[in-house]
Amino acid sequence: MQQYTILEKTPLSGSACRMVISAPLVARKAQAGQFIILRAKEHSERIPLTIHDQDREKGTVSVVYQVVGAGTMELDSLKEGERLHDFVGPLGRETRTEGLKKVCVVGGGVGCAIAFPVARKLHEQGSVVHSIIGFRSRDLVFMEKDFQGVSDQLFVMTDDGSYGTPGLVTQALERLIKEGHQYDEVIAIGPLVMMKFVSQLTKKYGVKTTVSMNPIMVDGTGMCGGCRLTVGGQVKFACVDGPDFDGHQVDFDEVISRNLIYEEFEQREREESCYLLKQGEE
Amino acid sequence: MARNLSKTKVPMPAQDPHARNRNFSEVALGYTEEMAVEEARRCLGCKHRPCVKGCPVAIDIPGFVEEIAQGRFEEAFHILNEASALPAVCGRVCPQETQCEQLCVRGLKGEPVAIGRLERFAADWHRAHACKLPPAPKPNGHKVAVVGAGPGGLTAAGELARLGYAVTVFEALHLPGGVLSYGIPEFRLPKEIVMAEVDALINLGVEVMLNTVIGKTLTIDELLEYGFEAVFIASGAGLPRFMGIPGESLKGVYSANEYLTRINLMKAYEENSLTPILRGRHVAVVGGGNVAMDAARCAKRLGAGEVSIVYRRGFEELPARREEVHHAQEEGIAFHFQTNPVQILGDDRGWVRALECIRMALGEPDASGRRRPIEEPGSNYELLADVVIMALGTSSNPLIRLTTPGLETDKWGGIMVDGPDGLTSREKVYAGGDVVTGSATVILAMGAGKDAARAIDRMIREKGL
Repeated sequence: MQQYTILEKTPLSGSACRMVISAPLVARKAQAGQFIILRAKEHSERIPLTIHDQDREKGTVSVVYQVVGAGTMELDSLKEGERLHDFVGPLGRETRTEGLKKVCVVGGGVGCAIAFPVARKLHEQGSVVHSIIGFRSRDLVFMEKDFQGVSDQLFVMTDDGSYGTPGLVTQALERLIKEGHQYDEVIAIGPLVMMKFVSQLTKKYGVKTTVSMNPIMVDGTGMCGGCRLTVGGQVKFACVDGPDFDGHQVDFDEVISRNLIYEEFEQREREESCYLLKQGEE
Repeated sequence: MARNLSKTKVPMPAQDPHARNRNFSEVALGYTEEMAVEEARRCLGCKHRPCVKGCPVAIDIPGFVEEIAQGRFEEAFHILNEASALPAVCGRVCPQETQCEQLCVRGLKGEPVAIGRLERFAADWHRAHACKLPPAPKPNGHKVAVVGAGPGGLTAAGELARLGYAVTVFEALHLPGGVLSYGIPEFRLPKEIVMAEVDALINLGVEVMLNTVIGKTLTIDELLEYGFEAVFIASGAGLPRFMGIPGESLKGVYSANEYLTRINLMKAYEENSLTPILRGRHVAVVGGGNVAMDAARCAKRLGAGEVSIVYRRGFEELPARREEVHHAQEEGIAFHFQTNPVQILGDDRGWVRALECIRMALGEPDASGRRRPIEEPGSNYELLADVVIMALGTSSNPLIRLTTPGLETDKWGGIMVDGPDGLTSREKVYAGGDVVTGSATVILAMGAGKDAARAIDRMIREKGL
């Protein structure tokens, strides 16, 4: 089996997809909360993705991605049996779970794929785990069964109410806190806006909150500084200091603004490649 | 043979400044054979060889220059290659004016011999003409690991491989070369040359493992457990420095490392590149070193109308190589000397719109011997900018420090070594280059790589006795 071969490619809900990749050295070390950087082809971008799962014996690492730009589109063009050009990791620090007896894990959208290993790790160490997973609508719901297996209580939320409980993850979380559940920590992984509002809520109730940041990144090893963010008024680098940070300290508005830097660029790329595809069809 | 008594160097052919500031092809085109011979004949072949003392890897400079003067170019290359694993690189990026050429006797009355240009000539001539690969050295049965495929790591790997060691180089990125690949731009150091130098090492039997981050994928202790008898850490400098002024998180502010990595390693300048880069109209680069010059010249080539270097000291104090400063000036880069940024100003959508600067007066010399800049109150002004690049050097990378018990580091996080051999506080573990010294030059890292390789060889041979 060659390095970085795609052993499985499974479409999930929406435009999300899971890939199982052969990478024994990475699998050996990978911990919940860490990430990898991959390049699909020789001239592709470096894409950071948080690790979804690993099998140390088989030497595999799985990641879940959603097609959002040129880089993930190239990744998605590869099939089972093909090789990724580059795959490096595990990078960043693992999610700290020591000493946590009762935790609420909040996952949003594709973020649920990386919230799951954290919930599982907590469950395996004997913590009480409440999980809240949120999606825009029914057709985007995934990993519900996985979360069921590792959660003492599970709440599935949809924005439009087409499945589970209607509403946002923050509504479910606030209800649980008000019901008197005392969490040692809330761990929130999902879209930046979701993590921002979870952090605002838990700050109000004084519940420690960890968020997993995924800013724009190039090398991922502490060389380029592209992934810098402000945490508690200080500059931190997500690749070596994170990706987990204290949600009450992160300047979310700054990260949200900075993450849009290349959106315009990507938009143009997408339009051009759609145009080329259309031309090819004609 | 007649000496050439001209007081000036044979001029280096170069692309026209107004053409080259629109492309990424190499600026300096290199000497022809005739030019090289003519320049080599300026060397007096001094008995006391002052130039050699200025070379961190102690190249036999009069020796190789004499071979060029005699038209024996391949022989010249072999003399170079004995001392330096990367002559085509050094000829292009070494600060010769503060090293070998500074000590050249010809420099007392006129210009010194163009040692750097001649080094480049011999290395390029070899690459273009030599087809016979040197025989692979006889294996000595010992294994050494090198961390980082930059100039320090590659030099150490080359030295050790030539002595028969089985060397594995672990590289974090997807390409070898370190700063030669991600930092120094194509127009100053074509990547084809870097890859040719790496291929020469692979031909010697060096194995390069890409995409392997030591401190993450594997630790230093694991390398020792795997049977490597010594480890040389040359992982380079670390996190880019920022100034700590307001506005550094605005969109449009880059560290020079990120800006150059996008351009050089990820090829953002190529038309079909998938790597995005902001092409500013008014680009301000803060800093005065080679990295600042590289960033400014890249910005110009990406189409910026106005590119400014903002430097708190004066022209004389610029730490960059003279040739780079000269090239930058020719290409239309504006220099704002004795000027320091106070804050970066943004628009209501979080994009950079200007750099607020203050003028600096130069006071008494500080510990570095350079005159200390002092702010002139009330001299603030705004410099229009939509991209700001911070080229202020780097601090240490924590990955190896945090995962190697017993490895002592200084208060800045740099790995501490015992003298020029590069031995760290851990047995069998050596270090050199930027990871020890902080941001420095390619040639100093190479010097450290060479010294450490020799120390490693001595250590392993002494153990074998």
